[in-house]
Amino acid sequence: MDIRTRIRKIREFIIERMIFLSAILSIIIVALIFAFLLKEGLSIFWRVPLSDFLFARNWYPISEPPQFGILPLILGSILVTAGAGIISIPIGIASALFIAEIAPRKTKEVMKAGIELLAAIPSVVIGFIGMITLGPLIKTIFNLPTGLTALSGSITLAFMAMPTIVSIAEDAITAVPRQYREAAIAMGATKWQTTWRIVAYAARPGMLAAVMLGIGRVIGETMAVMMVTGNAALIPHSFLQPVRTLTATVAAEMGETVQGGEHYAALFAIGIVLFIITFLINGAADIYLNKTKK
Amino acid sequence: MNVQVKQKIAFSILFFCTLLVIIPVLVILVIIFAKGISAIDISFLTEMPTNGMTAGGIFPAILGTLYLVLGAILFAVPLGVLSAIYLVEYSRENILSRIVKLAIVNLAGVPSVVYGLFGLGIFVLFLGFGASILSGSLTLGIMILPVIITASREALESVPKSFRIVSLSLGASKWQTIRHSVLPHALPGILTGTILGLGRAAGETAPILFTVAAFYLPKLPTSLFDQTMALPYHLYVISTQVPGIPENVRYGTALVLLLLVLLLNLAAIILRYQFRKRKKW
Repeated sequence: MDIRTRIRKIREFIIERMIFLSAILSIIIVALIFAFLLKEGLSIFWRVPLSDFLFARNWYPISEPPQFGILPLILGSILVTAGAGIISIPIGIASALFIAEIAPRKTKEVMKAGIELLAAIPSVVIGFIGMITLGPLIKTIFNLPTGLTALSGSITLAFMAMPTIVSIAEDAITAVPRQYREAAIAMGATKWQTTWRIVAYAARPGMLAAVMLGIGRVIGETMAVMMVTGNAALIPHSFLQPVRTLTATVAAEMGETVQGGEHYAALFAIGIVLFIITFLINGAADIYLNKTKK
Repeated sequence: MNVQVKQKIAFSILFFCTLLVIIPVLVILVIIFAKGISAIDISFLTEMPTNGMTAGGIFPAILGTLYLVLGAILFAVPLGVLSAIYLVEYSRENILSRIVKLAIVNLAGVPSVVYGLFGLGIFVLFLGFGASILSGSLTLGIMILPVIITASREALESVPKSFRIVSLSLGASKWQTIRHSVLPHALPGILTGTILGLGRAAGETAPILFTVAAFYLPKLPTSLFDQTMALPYHLYVISTQVPGIPENVRYGTALVLLLLVLLLNLAAIILRYQFRKRKKW
């Protein structure tokens, strides 16, 4: 073997090692994220038992003595997410059906571009617009002291979930084999009957995955929700009250904490809760997506 | 009811739903353009903020965002592309590649504020970089890694198998094949993903909250270890944290951020379109 070939062989060996290392980097990063959340957050559980942390009704992190019950925050996240789901799931699935099955080619391209634009708008800009337009609107309509409520949060987040739901559901619908449609039409079904009873039915696992990923996006959304929900860490009783979500609490309070203190650890512990929730949702969605591909 | 009438009604409802998704996008764009355009002039883009941010420009925030995005890309693109090469060219269907894919899916789903916590824990405190451009860039880089990997994978997978077979049959090694017969054809797709990642990094606020962003810092950063202002955080600050900011300054800042992100996305869309048109196989 001459020297040039040998150098080339060594170089390729090094490059291939680097490729392999980069590949397992994703695994390492996921593990590191979890490890660092645990490292900074676990100490809160020496003081507050896990059940109290999750189910106590008061979040007063800076009163004396501080109380770290994240139930109001969990309920805030659930309320806002449920509202966003109620709005975005039917509308998102309907749009996906329209774009995938019914729209003419040109319209389809324009609509897809519009949805891509929506996905591209930074969440802080959506929050800013929601705060300025939606807030006053809801305040006047329902005659409230403030328009920054769970409802404003739900509407804002519904739009942020929409691109995820529409694009993934549309992929699932497009992936339904053409023979299904041809067979239905040949049996005398109308286009709508085919779309609704055959295509939508066949695309169910993918649509479910789309909904889950949309919900995952909503639970994790931070800036917009912090700007439009009014940030009151109280147990919510209606959509017309200010609420505070898990994500907004971390973002809003981390700046005021002392590093290594109880409040600081409690916010990292909220991070652990968020990480586990989104891990489960995304894992489950991935299983459904793989089902569609087979 | 007649099936044809039923179909008409159903289609109208679906069309209406689609409009409900599209129209708010236009409304948002129109509002920000209409109210923000009056604030934007040369001095707004090139001067320091003054009078507690109520006047002057937003130059340090623009520059800060450019630095952060550049740093994030320098970190994420090489790693993301190599990782995609592994998944497409080297890995077999085994447990390892399954776990790598699951890890990527989960990285894409981690809430942005959790990335912020992670960046604070590892870069700012554990590695001792402090709140700095370095910490912020690395945090953003990790956040956009799944975007880059996914786009690069798609680009690599779209290169026909025959290209590889021909190259290998001519005696090229595996890496030579990837380097000379696969990567050049995947490049436009990788570039598209990179630009989308740029756009995402430019607009995110939560990951930079605790890792780099300065509330009000009317001077330019001089090293990787300096804090900096950034556009998205600046918009958050002037719209919620500081009272009495004139409306056109807020809309102007929102417009600059929006234009930056939209231009990046537009570039990606055009690139993808050109690429699809030119592809001959």
